[in-house]
Amino acid sequence: MRRDYEKEKKDMVVVEGSYAVASAVKACRPNVISAYPITPQTHIVEELSQFIADGEIPNCEYVMVESEFSALSALVGSSAAGARSYSATTSQGLELMHEVLFNVSGMRLPVVMTIANRAVSAPINIWNDQQDSISQRDTGWIQLYAEDTQEISDMTAQAFKIGEDPDILLPVMTCMDGFILSHVYEPVVLLDDDLVAEYLPPFEPELKLDPKNPKTFGAFADPNSYTEFRYLQQQAMDKALKKIEDAADEFYDLFGRYYGGLIDTYETDDADIILMAMGSIVGTIKDVVDKLRAKGVKVGLLKVRSFRPFPVEAIHNVIKDAKVVVALDKNISIGLNEGALFTETKATLYNTKIDVPVIGFMIGQGGRDIPVETIENIVDEAKKVIDSGITVESQFTDLKEELL
Amino acid sequence: MTIPPGGVCAPGSTLVNKTGGWRTFKPVYDYDKCIKCKLCELLCPDASIDPRDDGFFEFNYDFCKGCGICANECPKGAIEMVLEEK
Ligand code: SF4
Ligand code: SF4
Repeated sequence: MRRDYEKEKKDMVVVEGSYAVASAVKACRPNVISAYPITPQTHIVEELSQFIADGEIPNCEYVMVESEFSALSALVGSSAAGARSYSATTSQGLELMHEVLFNVSGMRLPVVMTIANRAVSAPINIWNDQQDSISQRDTGWIQLYAEDTQEISDMTAQAFKIGEDPDILLPVMTCMDGFILSHVYEPVVLLDDDLVAEYLPPFEPELKLDPKNPKTFGAFADPNSYTEFRYLQQQAMDKALKKIEDAADEFYDLFGRYYGGLIDTYETDDADIILMAMGSIVGTIKDVVDKLRAKGVKVGLLKVRSFRPFPVEAIHNVIKDAKVVVALDKNISIGLNEGALFTETKATLYNTKIDVPVIGFMIGQGGRDIPVETIENIVDEAKKVIDSGITVESQFTDLKEELL
Repeated sequence: MTIPPGGVCAPGSTLVNKTGGWRTFKPVYDYDKCIKCKLCELLCPDASIDPRDDGFFEFNYDFCKGCGICANECPKGAIEMVLEEK
């Protein structure tokens, strides 16, 4: 992370995370916003509809719909017509969009959508974990995860820039932990309209719906060409690896704030133990790293910003010299007993002849608090793996035995 | 052909994709029974029935999927579904 807090202080305002996101969307000059309110995303779209009603976002229409499925379907049309299109959702709403998510990506429409991450039903639970967006990992959307409200605000402008690049043309999910980031009030520098105008050019797709020059979007592809469509999507994802880094660098040059490109590292250079995580838990882990480093424990943090595309090479380069790597996941693939970050990290190491033990902890599900002590205990478990060489692969954290 | 991003194409592309090859049964008219009521033409979901100058209709087998709707709906039983041969 590179920031000059002293310089930023005079521009900081204390606002709710959702307001910071809505304000960032406003600065990006969208043409169509369509969303269905759902906790904890609601405040974002409430603010946006207010902005539009007050005439603060010129040339922008808010489409009211009866469900999340319709919200994203409306944006398929608007984005194909060349409109910069935005939505926000979470949890069950995101799962209801599942079918449309594939269409948006397959039609190569660079819609941007903020996910206020929340657990999925059943049981009904409105609190934070990341099961909702992780469950959509194979839909062909770029997925970025933010650590704090400043990052999710800035990431919004980066998302449009990445997705709308003619070489990429993919939709982007920007993920923020529900409540923890969406409902927190903290000092933020809101995006400056003029600077964003400089950073983010207007969306001008080469191919768009136009009555004067008719086109067919979302046509039929038989077995002769379907594979090639998937291949081209994968190629665009590969190109996005560089574009995500470039977007972060260009953002830093103009705005002076940087949180990492595909990943960010904290005290990893000489670390024996590297903790990997995504989202707001990264902040807690940094505190633990500081505390343990003061006691001489060689521990570091690898923050994953981009989960899709998965930055195999960048992660590999950071963890290859560690003695043990710990993946912390706010999600689980039931039936495999693993979180997604853990599974993907193991996959990046296999076949490289680098034998770093990777262990996984599923943590913070359904909004369960993640105190510093829990992370410290996890580091203790990691130390045991170094000492004994025995790897307990993946496990639930802080299970309440008395409830079982 | 190179695929444009998202497979966006000019209108009329469905004329190129001849979907009649999926068919197992094909419809065949018995013009002696047909009363030219037009129902088959209206109800074919693939627009695969074309009017003729003499008021009767004919099948466009390049696109007929062989669903049998026309045969099912014909009030005179003038359409028979017969097994496709190689
Ligand atoms: S079989 Fe089906 S597709 Fe073919 S002509 Fe009859 S209604 Fe149309
Ligand atoms: S529905 Fe039957 S009777 Fe009517 S036009 Fe078609 S074939 Fe002839």
